[in-house]
Amino acid sequence: MTHAQTSRRSFLMRGLIGGATVTVGIPLLDMFLDGNGEAFAATVGGGPLPTRFGTWFWGCGMIPSRWEPKQTGANYDLPPQLAPIKAIQQHVSVLSGFDVPLDGKGNLPHISGNTAVRTGAPAEAWQEIRAPTIDMLIADAIGGGTFFRLLNLSADQNAKTSYSFRNGSSMNAATPSVEALYEQIFGSDFHDPNKADFKPDPKYIARKSVLSAVGEQRRALLARAGAADRARLDQYFTSVRELESKLALQLQKPPPAEACVRPDRPASLPANADMTDTTTRRANHKLMAQLLAMALACNQTKVFNMTFSAAAADLRQAGETTGYHQTTHEEPIDRTIGYQPTVDRFATHSMEAWAEFVTELAAVKEGSGTLLDNCFVLAHSECSYAKNHDVSGIPVMIAGRAGGKIKAGIHVRGSGQAISRVGLTAQQIMGVSTDSWGLDAMQARQPISELLI
Amino acid sequence: MTFLSITRRVFAPKILAVIVPAMAAAAAFATANSGPSPNTGSPQGSIRRLTEAQYRAVIADVFGDDIRVVGRFEPDLRVDGLVAVGTSAVSVTPGGLDQYEELARGIAGQITDDAHRAKLVGCAPGVDDPDGAKCARAFFTRVGLMLYRRPLTPGETQLALATTLASARTLGSFDAGLAAALTGMLTSPDFLFRIDAPSAAGRSVGGYAKAVKLSFLLWNTAPDAQLLAAAGRGELDTQAGLTRQVDRLIASPRFTNGIRAFFSDFLLLDDMETLSKDQLLYPSFTSAVSSALREQTLRTITDLLVTRHGDYRDLFTTRRIAMTRELGPIYTVPVSAQGWTFHEFPEGDPRTGLLTQASLLALHSHPGRTSPTLRGKAIRETLLCEKIPSPPANVNFAVVQDVNNPTLKTTRARLQAHLNDEECASCHRLTDPIGLGLEKFDGAGQFRMTEHDEPIDTSGSFDKLAFRDAASLGELFHDSPAVASCLVSSVWRYATGRSIGSSDQPVVAALDARFRAQGYRVVDLMRSVALEPAFYAEPAMFPAPPKVAASATPRKAS
Repeated sequence: MTHAQTSRRSFLMRGLIGGATVTVGIPLLDMFLDGNGEAFAATVGGGPLPTRFGTWFWGCGMIPSRWEPKQTGANYDLPPQLAPIKAIQQHVSVLSGFDVPLDGKGNLPHISGNTAVRTGAPAEAWQEIRAPTIDMLIADAIGGGTFFRLLNLSADQNAKTSYSFRNGSSMNAATPSVEALYEQIFGSDFHDPNKADFKPDPKYIARKSVLSAVGEQRRALLARAGAADRARLDQYFTSVRELESKLALQLQKPPPAEACVRPDRPASLPANADMTDTTTRRANHKLMAQLLAMALACNQTKVFNMTFSAAAADLRQAGETTGYHQTTHEEPIDRTIGYQPTVDRFATHSMEAWAEFVTELAAVKEGSGTLLDNCFVLAHSECSYAKNHDVSGIPVMIAGRAGGKIKAGIHVRGSGQAISRVGLTAQQIMGVSTDSWGLDAMQARQPISELLI
Repeated sequence: MTFLSITRRVFAPKILAVIVPAMAAAAAFATANSGPSPNTGSPQGSIRRLTEAQYRAVIADVFGDDIRVVGRFEPDLRVDGLVAVGTSAVSVTPGGLDQYEELARGIAGQITDDAHRAKLVGCAPGVDDPDGAKCARAFFTRVGLMLYRRPLTPGETQLALATTLASARTLGSFDAGLAAALTGMLTSPDFLFRIDAPSAAGRSVGGYAKAVKLSFLLWNTAPDAQLLAAAGRGELDTQAGLTRQVDRLIASPRFTNGIRAFFSDFLLLDDMETLSKDQLLYPSFTSAVSSALREQTLRTITDLLVTRHGDYRDLFTTRRIAMTRELGPIYTVPVSAQGWTFHEFPEGDPRTGLLTQASLLALHSHPGRTSPTLRGKAIRETLLCEKIPSPPANVNFAVVQDVNNPTLKTTRARLQAHLNDEECASCHRLTDPIGLGLEKFDGAGQFRMTEHDEPIDTSGSFDKLAFRDAASLGELFHDSPAVASCLVSSVWRYATGRSIGSSDQPVVAALDARFRAQGYRVVDLMRSVALEPAFYAEPAMFPAPPKVAASATPRKAS
């Protein structure tokens, strides 16, 4: 930090504090927002409603014969495992039969399929992915101008359950609990966008100023670092700039958000709650979904990931020796019904949780419709039939209308096309400037036209 | 990685057995060992992010252990089996920086609060020092040395001072200004990362960087004032000066922390903190028990290796185990004493050696039952430094794992069916026999004689030598050259934060030979590493591997 910058900042700070309870308008604050500052995104409040992007992940797929609709287009049929989405079917499109072409590569159980859907190329370990995950690409494009470029949540209380990566050694950890999520969004840093008056708190000025000073060490440090470290340091300094931008927003009056109501702090689950138990997991997931819906309505973020259950789902039913994942491999097919009954039950529970999630987004009124109408939520698993880790026909669903940019409530059959077309469609709808996505055999050039308006 | 390739991270035991003296044979490694496998490439950075344990230790050292460090940390990344290697690959994500800044504000706020200010800051603005500039300078000069592990540059001191004064004006309080500048320091890369500055000569790292390497290796925390002073005087650049400090650090009670940190990482014991078991099936296994099991293993290890200066191999045969009342039900041992004590199982007891400790047994089981495959895989990967490939995608496990199968009642019988398939057998022959030897311990690590009323057969073979039960398996581990070599290579990877590259191989071979010659004493091994010139070499001297990649996090297989 140069001397000149210090004086300029402290001058402005003094001016502000001297003014006590002034309502600071955006033009004045633009003065603070030097190179690192950022204004609220134009789509946040006042203007057109923002379009949000999110992913919803569940582990261990489904049983194809019990999940895939037979009819395409609108009003598709609901096989037993999809029955839970009946009430929200008009909001949910089903994409079946989109494949991961392995192109001679191995199928690493529970990893190849997931990395392929999210990065556009299968990898044998998350640490070996060749491109960032799709949520990062979209957050890079649209995530600025909100407090959180990306909100990453996991319903299993494990911060390491995350499929959001900048690169193989940079995973975005998940917010692991309802309590942590509430604190993160609606804790002491939260400003109600609908409150009439706004007083910038000098503590944010000081915090931002401190971070600017940290950021100014960048050049000196990079000069001392070798090539391998330079990229990592750059990533660190990008994170510094990101936090500075967030603090800059704290100094502005947030634009109004009609649907935003600060929720009450939810009651905690019992400390010894068994989070692998499906019923407990669903309760926790639902609380997180409610907070997430309000975080979106309050313009705290435009991009999110929600993991209901990890790849190779750890879900169980309390008291049973064998969990969902093991059951997919072990349970014999009941010849009288033609499928694995316990696996069917777990898969159906996962779809019930998905329906609960979508219902929470649809419950928030926004503009002439709902929050869900302004979302593009991409739900997927890491395999189709988990018994043999099948990565062909990985189940995908899309909820919401992306602010009127996509059709909802239809079934599209992929007939073996690369599943990267889904990711390409999501990026193009969300405003990422790209005409292709995916690597090698997974390179896609055509979005899924059936979804487009 | 092809499915059938089983690569050893170090070298095969049979090769090792003939390598004496190791240095002479070092050249042979190049051909005997195919080098780092594609999945175990090494990050080549010379910058390592502090682990959560290190961060906490440094704060406690500098400010006292009543300063609470409240918040979440970015998760670690395990690379090539060790979090220590992952510290050379990770950076800080935006979410992670949010957390670090929050932690820093929490810490700085406490240091400048009424309860701590007088003791930890020790000065305040006054008549002689109206804006507190002198006070802030004194504070940051003192604290900055400890936090950055080197003296601050004049520019850095000036920056801390300017930030303090500007923030004090903004916030209307000197203390708040000081806290703001301290927050900046605790959020800065010089604190969060260990950055090895080179020496003037450029062949090894500089004196302060040596002190940092030494201290984190032996104490798992930043250098103390004495070590920094020795570094400042250039003493670490002489063999005598270095030896003096190494011996001082090893003689300190804090050396135990260093050994604990290594074994926590090596044996994945931190995972015990999030391990849970089905409460209906294993009511004794609570989260408090899980934490205590981790502590038990660490105490057993440090008692044998540090307090008693014991032989690493005896860890696999010892009947002496740390015990606390909480663990009585798991071990069916009456514990009357308060706190931690030591328990000696009688001769012939199945509880003999590290392999039979409930920590490792529970960690590598499913929430509701055992898994010989998971146990065998984990033991092969951690204690033998082997890499077991993941199972192929299309496997029919139904016969193997149908626990209600009327004819195949035991896990052994069901797994045996697996071995009829050659593709499965190639790996399961490696993993399962070890795991089946431990089948008399259930998914929570509790002893049992039967499974579904059938007696459990624990016999098997390890590296072509027969064992009849867990205790005799422990004896084979005691005598296995691969077990000892894996420890040496793991300590080296832990110390350097990188995978074994071709330049490391002669160093590891020499350390290995010395480890054997000195009776497998881990304390002596740590000393050898701390005195090893290659430990302080500039990272640039090590050629980069073909690509930066990491091994997959150990997965739950079947």
